[in-house]
Amino acid sequence: MSSYRKALLEPIFDNNPIGLQVLGICSALAVTTKLETAVVMSLAVIFVTSCASLFVSVIRNHMPSSIRIIAQMTVIASLVIIADQFLKAYMYDISKQLSVFVGLIITNCIVLGRTEGFALKNPPGLSFIDGIGNGLGYAVVLLFVATIRELLGTGKLYGLTVLKLTRDGGWYPANGLMLLAPSAFILIGLFIWAVRTWKPEQVED
Amino acid sequence: MSQDSVTKTIGVATGICLFCSLFVSVAAVKLRPRQVKNQRLDRIQNILQVAGLAGEEGDPEALYQERIQPAYIDLKTGQAVSEDQYQPDQVESIPAEQDLAGIKLRPLQSVVYQRIDGQTMARLILPIQGKGVWSTLYGFLALEEDLQTVAGITFYEHAETPGLGGEIDNPNWKSSWAGKRAYDEDGNVVIEVIKGQVDPASSDADRQIDGLSGATLTTRGVDNLIQYWLGENGYGPYLKRLREER
Repeated sequence: MSSYRKALLEPIFDNNPIGLQVLGICSALAVTTKLETAVVMSLAVIFVTSCASLFVSVIRNHMPSSIRIIAQMTVIASLVIIADQFLKAYMYDISKQLSVFVGLIITNCIVLGRTEGFALKNPPGLSFIDGIGNGLGYAVVLLFVATIRELLGTGKLYGLTVLKLTRDGGWYPANGLMLLAPSAFILIGLFIWAVRTWKPEQVED
Repeated sequence: MSQDSVTKTIGVATGICLFCSLFVSVAAVKLRPRQVKNQRLDRIQNILQVAGLAGEEGDPEALYQERIQPAYIDLKTGQAVSEDQYQPDQVESIPAEQDLAGIKLRPLQSVVYQRIDGQTMARLILPIQGKGVWSTLYGFLALEEDLQTVAGITFYEHAETPGLGGEIDNPNWKSSWAGKRAYDEDGNVVIEVIKGQVDPASSDADRQIDGLSGATLTTRGVDNLIQYWLGENGYGPYLKRLREER
């Protein structure tokens, strides 16, 4: 596998930032009650983590080690503000639902983890692809959790009714637990279990 | 020059800051008009919703122009002021013992909205704000034409915990406000948001609202801001004048 392909595909299942490294859990709990918010959040994280990795990698040979963390945070924070402003201008409703969680991408360990752990040591192109790959790894888990939560919690997928709810005269009683944060913990746990059964080398002793 | 010399460190830091601030400023300035437009539209839609007009067909902006009439008032005297004299920026600090809503500053004037059916006012929509747990809640409270019964409530801006205090956006909870008694016959504020569930058999059930489970402080915040804005320091004088004029 070429290094680019590896950087793009490895974080999706083999080295998933949520599944294996267990990073970025906070927002994975918060924005996954609906598929729509999870999709927008995933796109925002892919944008921030790929561009942050690119910029940090471009200046990596000039980065003074004493201020490298704060310099990376400055780059990440700027990108998050741009993403937030963009959502407020073009997707106002969703940006209201995501509320503080777009801003909290700044503190998402996945982003700083990739710039610090990968982009500082690798060329810009590869870092950019690595950022996209890790964003996709995050997105896979978010979409998995959000699909199940929205379907079982509200009987809908992407806002369209799939299972007709009893309170609307259908047959499916909504599962309220799915709309609360603990259900995301359970689902992420199941996801990690499934991936580690499929790829036993990820099991820690 | 060494990688970690002071000069180089300061130089790189300055460079990164300038570069980043350029992007952030351009994004903020360029996208501002669209954001302002979205906020205005959102405010209009919230007003239409508490006015009970949300289901109507057509462009919200046109519907708003047609059916909603703003009125500018002096909060202390309850008297109307003309649109030219309306100065929303004039504020005074609220004495701590009166500051139920935790907002510290209150405007001297306010704008309220009336839903007009034909020639008469069908609903009165009052902007409200007050402190929740994490954030200031901004919203609207609508009163029926009798000026005693609540018609609806909505919050258009807050940052409470999603799933707990954030449930102030829950349509079921919001609809539980409709028909509740805000004032008694003597004009005293009687509505309250209680902790826990309202007992439907109680004689107070028509003036009590369920608290939000797991969100005691947000619930208290909502109760406080309702008491404040319906009371003497809020819209009390204005509502008193309207009742006397009938």
